[in-house]
Amino acid sequence: MKRIAVTGDDAVAEAAKSVNPDVVAAYPITPQTIIVERFADFVADGEVDTEFVTVESEHSAMSACVGASSAGARVFTSSASAGLMLMYEIIFIAASSRTPIVMAIANRAISGPINIHGELTDQMLFRDSGWVSMFSEDNQEAHDQTIMAFKIGEHPNVLLPVAVGLDGFIISHAIEGIEPVSREVAHKFLGGERKAALKLDTTKPMSIGLLHLQDYYMEARAQVRDAQERSRKVILEVFNEWEKLTGRKYKPVESYKMDDAEYAFLTMGSTAGNARTAVDELRTKGEKVGLIKIRVYRPFFGDDVTELCKNLKGLITIERSHNFGGPGGILSSDIKSALFNKRLSPLLAEYTIGLGGRDTLIKDYHSIYNRSKEAFNTGKNLPLFWWGVRE
Amino acid sequence: MTTEIPKYKLKDLVDKPVYFSGGHRLCAGCAAGSMARQVTMAFNKPTMIFNSTGCLEVASTIYPFSAWEVPWLHVAFENSAAVASGVEAAIKGMTKKGTYTAGKTDIVVFGGDGGTYDIGIQAISGAFERGHDLLYILYDNGAYMNTGIQRSGGTPFGASTTTSPAGKVVPGKTQFRKPITDIIAAHRIPFVATASPAYPEDLIGKVRAGLDADGPAFLHVEASCNRGQRFDPAKSIEYVNLATQTCMHPLYSVIDGEYQLSRPSARIAKDPSKKVPLEDYLKLEGRWRHFFKPVRQEELINKFQAEVDKRWADLLKKAGY
Repeated sequence: MKRIAVTGDDAVAEAAKSVNPDVVAAYPITPQTIIVERFADFVADGEVDTEFVTVESEHSAMSACVGASSAGARVFTSSASAGLMLMYEIIFIAASSRTPIVMAIANRAISGPINIHGELTDQMLFRDSGWVSMFSEDNQEAHDQTIMAFKIGEHPNVLLPVAVGLDGFIISHAIEGIEPVSREVAHKFLGGERKAALKLDTTKPMSIGLLHLQDYYMEARAQVRDAQERSRKVILEVFNEWEKLTGRKYKPVESYKMDDAEYAFLTMGSTAGNARTAVDELRTKGEKVGLIKIRVYRPFFGDDVTELCKNLKGLITIERSHNFGGPGGILSSDIKSALFNKRLSPLLAEYTIGLGGRDTLIKDYHSIYNRSKEAFNTGKNLPLFWWGVRE
Repeated sequence: MTTEIPKYKLKDLVDKPVYFSGGHRLCAGCAAGSMARQVTMAFNKPTMIFNSTGCLEVASTIYPFSAWEVPWLHVAFENSAAVASGVEAAIKGMTKKGTYTAGKTDIVVFGGDGGTYDIGIQAISGAFERGHDLLYILYDNGAYMNTGIQRSGGTPFGASTTTSPAGKVVPGKTQFRKPITDIIAAHRIPFVATASPAYPEDLIGKVRAGLDADGPAFLHVEASCNRGQRFDPAKSIEYVNLATQTCMHPLYSVIDGEYQLSRPSARIAKDPSKKVPLEDYLKLEGRWRHFFKPVRQEELINKFQAEVDKRWADLLKKAGY
């Protein structure tokens, strides 16, 4: 297949072009995302049949998406950071409305102070909304996952919106070679147009979005819970099918050089790239170190993580995300819960890195590794540490 | 193509199907319910309804019941115009691909005064600027009645609400109602009108005209709330009619920028002696009780009357009187 050199944003826009959704509603301003600009070019040049709704805010973008998806349309949007925050109310309703919207998020730091550069916190914060949430390491993954997201979300056992993260600037604005998937292949993969069984249908009138009081609210929320659980199997099936189609292998939790590893980095998104290089370099020095990469953040595949951790002496979590006053980082808290569930307790060092797009270089991973291993050698954990911050 | 308002007679309407069924939980005397029934009587093709959070939404759809006999969707409070924009786009997009086969489908949006004047105005303005083919119906009962009678941008002058209470120093709401219909008309959409459930033939005709208009349409319906405005439920339609008879809520349409008074208000324009003094309306409703008791507040009554007169005079000028 022909390779093209594109930014991460372009890679996602190309994926959306191949899918040819019925509706794209977006407000790509706070902060701006090139995904939608590129898609607007496709609309202007007649390369897609999509109705493109240039709404006046992100809140309205997600609202229009929920409406369109409720009418049975295949719907795509994108956002990030402050714009994503403005969508929050409707993000939760999108999940409870069971609308399989696909949203690409060029993950960027949250205001304030205003920043606009890469960080995953924006998407991680709606982990409890019911969305299926995935992150990409590079442009190809962003492209592939955008297409796979439709198939996962629209599966009748799931019917949930799906978010595909790509680190702002680090992926979204950096050019890499990708193998784009053609319209024909994407449509064959997705089984043609969306076929929604339950939707706004003037021949079968249905009311959607009813008031659920004390007598029904828990059951309604439990349906979202159950759909999230059922999505685990669907995600695996879709990843397998994608591998057969493209030869590119995807797993909810991925590993690198973990077979004999005594120590491991664990991370998510583009940071896995530098971590992988650091693993290679440390291996040449005789260090038995590997890498665990979380691809699917919700649902969280905790057992896959713990399976990789069961022989580890020490685990080093590295996340480009932050929280305050918690029991650890956002990601590392999940990891600790998963380990506890399996009664596993490798030594643990937790790091928050690279907030607001700050570079974390391969040499930093060496320093992080050395600092952590020193503590591990004395049998100690290291609490969450913000790497590189000037105190 | 200029939109025309069909002229219905009551006898034409008696056999029209109603898609808002009884058994809903709106209060006795709620004019929103009367409005909803009348609106659905204008339907003549596949139609979908989008409802902002509010009394009408809550009282018509408590799970597992729904009073609606057409597809109906509620998402949130401030976004119904955006939700309907998405649906309109979806119908267009799916029609192009042959996956939507119901043909031309009418889209109706219901929002209360809070959801329209205040928190929803951005989404409405955006939808109208983009030109989505939908009819937005504001049912204006003059406060956030669903949540306990808080003041909104649509609350009339002087009305006592739970967030603009008539106290010892402050005499209820100190601002006049936002001129929402003018604001919407300034968007230069094909059809804008006001209506009242006291005039069903006029209201139903305007709903049909708004749905048939080629592009966005807006209908501002005055809808009394006996709980929030504090009066006898049996008087609901009688009192909401006074809003029109006093010219606080005149009935008119703005079609392609042309203002035209509807019959009940044109009657007053032609014979100003038929204009009912505002006081005759204010003294009937508890929300203005402090205008009259314990002592008569001449200045407040006059101030309110002067503003109503000024807005009426402005309207007459626009309508060519």
